[in-house]
Amino acid sequence: MTFWQDPYAAAVEWLRNLLIGWGLTVEAAQLILYLAGGIVLAGGSLALVIFLIWAERKIIGRVQDRLGPNRVGPWGIFQTFADILKIFTKEYITPNGVDRVPYNLAPVLAVAAVIMIWAVVPFTVTLYGADLSVGLIYVMAVGAIGEMGIVMAGWGSNNKFALLGAFRAVAQMVSYEIPMVIALLIPVMMAGSLSLGAITASQAVWNILIAPLAALIFFITSVAEVGRAPFDLVEAESELVAGFNIEYSGLKFGFFFVGDFLHAFTIAMLFTVFFLGGWRGPFVDQVPILGAVYFFIKTSLVYLVNILMRAALPRFRIDQMMDFNWKYLTPLSLSVLVVTALADKLTLGLSAWVRIPVFLGLNGLLFLAASVMVNRRAINRPRAEVVSRPRPLARPETAVQPETNGGVS
Amino acid sequence: MSTAQILFLIFSAVVVAAAVMVVLSRRIMRAALWLVLALFGVALIFALLDASFFAVVQVLVYVGAIATLLIFAIMLTRGVMDDSKAQLNRGWPFALLVCLGLFGGLVYILSQWNRFNSAAPALPQDAYDLTLFGLALTSPDGYLVAFEAASVLLLAAMVGAIYLALEKRGN
Amino acid sequence: MPSEWIYIGIFSLIALALPAAAILMAGVLGPKKPNPIKNSTYECGIETTGETWVQFRPQYYIFGLLFLIFDVETVFLFPWAVGYRVLPLFAVIEGIVFILILLGGLLYAWRVGALSWQ
Repeated sequence: MTFWQDPYAAAVEWLRNLLIGWGLTVEAAQLILYLAGGIVLAGGSLALVIFLIWAERKIIGRVQDRLGPNRVGPWGIFQTFADILKIFTKEYITPNGVDRVPYNLAPVLAVAAVIMIWAVVPFTVTLYGADLSVGLIYVMAVGAIGEMGIVMAGWGSNNKFALLGAFRAVAQMVSYEIPMVIALLIPVMMAGSLSLGAITASQAVWNILIAPLAALIFFITSVAEVGRAPFDLVEAESELVAGFNIEYSGLKFGFFFVGDFLHAFTIAMLFTVFFLGGWRGPFVDQVPILGAVYFFIKTSLVYLVNILMRAALPRFRIDQMMDFNWKYLTPLSLSVLVVTALADKLTLGLSAWVRIPVFLGLNGLLFLAASVMVNRRAINRPRAEVVSRPRPLARPETAVQPETNGGVS
Repeated sequence: MSTAQILFLIFSAVVVAAAVMVVLSRRIMRAALWLVLALFGVALIFALLDASFFAVVQVLVYVGAIATLLIFAIMLTRGVMDDSKAQLNRGWPFALLVCLGLFGGLVYILSQWNRFNSAAPALPQDAYDLTLFGLALTSPDGYLVAFEAASVLLLAAMVGAIYLALEKRGN
Repeated sequence: MPSEWIYIGIFSLIALALPAAAILMAGVLGPKKPNPIKNSTYECGIETTGETWVQFRPQYYIFGLLFLIFDVETVFLFPWAVGYRVLPLFAVIEGIVFILILLGGLLYAWRVGALSWQ
């Protein structure tokens, strides 16, 4: 393995030998490597947010027929740096009656819970933080820590709207976690492991070809988990007061959005790992570092779809959102799991050329059946008539007549 | 002391301190947050013992689901901000007696065990192989009945909970 | 303690420390001029009325409970899915029965209207 084939592994080896050469024990050298790797990975993920915010504003701007940021630097690329400088010099307004520890811990947890996912994501065969044997459940569990951050923000703020926003957010997050986990059982079945590295390595045929419906369910639910449009009703900046982050200001407020942007990119990474074969691609066996390139190309494509979805779709109402999850996604994900488990066992001996059309056909049938059922329900459902109350002042005959005697009576 | 022992002492101190705070907090919501910390500390101890599956499941189920459910339940109560009421009711001497009895029993059982100074036996390589877990769960010689009974139990829990909660809504 | 968990522990500490450090730094850089109006609870420009703690509807509790039950279900299904490749067809069908029993529970919840947000 030469330097050009896998510069990362070579660099780690070089650094380890250097540290041991300085007289450190093997364990101490390993610890220092972990620390350095962790700082680079976590810092890198935060630095990436600077780029993500610019890219998202630019793309959304183009979708809406605007230029997007275009003043600071070429193509406005330094806009985010200007924003960072500004937000760092803003005052923290801490309202009366906040519960200080949860209030201040919440933005930190919101970001940390997203960064912690990066610890187990395999970028190439050798470039990853830790190949945890239960990586997939770890990713889900870290999401639970993020939920606690939101609860703390809502409770700590001492504000009705913050509390309502937080509880709506948590209700949404926990609901969408169900179909997400069930859809993710299919990559686990195919790989026979919960480790993200093993799941990537097992995808000689990408999982999206084996269970396209599971991929779709994971994509939708992960967007809902982040709370981005069309699932951003907990924030709904343009309609409600901001939701659970209403009482925050300055960088504390900013960090909720840093967490949001980073989470959106992170779920694109997870989609790549679970369904698009992660770092797999041509010549990756000879030159492992190519895997990182494939990984980021695939991730960027998923992220782009994510942004376009945000730009294109209107916001759900809360009852629609809950119905969509519990009455559509959850039964559908359970059916996909059952059908895939049976179909895979029954076609075990056949070649991939037979199996994949069978899987695709079954998924198509399921999707069709689900659509027919949903459409029938939608047609039969009684609709409440929505009319506004009669408004006396708006009609000419009830309008207040101007006093004729100059207002003296 | 080895690093693992020091870490164990730190983690268990966190768990015990958080558990004490659950009881002592005057605001019920703070008590819930302390409980989350205590449950999280247990997950850390699982991780320390190399029980990766149980560590992540502990966080997923206890921090993710049970704590969330608990906090939703707290939101159903009235007067959560009211911290002027007494923390103890009349039954506290009885509760204290039960707790002391339980604690004494645990101490007694542990004192019967005489291998505190011996090293932990090395576990086989596949001790935490989830494939074996899955096989054992579904094998008729293993835990098949328990596995299916768990499903029925969950179903019963769901039906019962919905029945109770919908009754409340009717009022 | 295996090395992966050591790495995760170190990484989690870094992940917590970076935002915390940034927030502290911004606190040092930013101005500090509190006044009673600025520090009052935000309520669209009017005085807040009543307590912060409004009583929530039991609906949140039902969804929390459904989530808990399905969460525990998936915990049982994870070992089954990991072992799927080596399980005989019989064991796979047991897993499916497990899923179908809970699907029945979901349908019951649907029928009695517990899944409708009001």
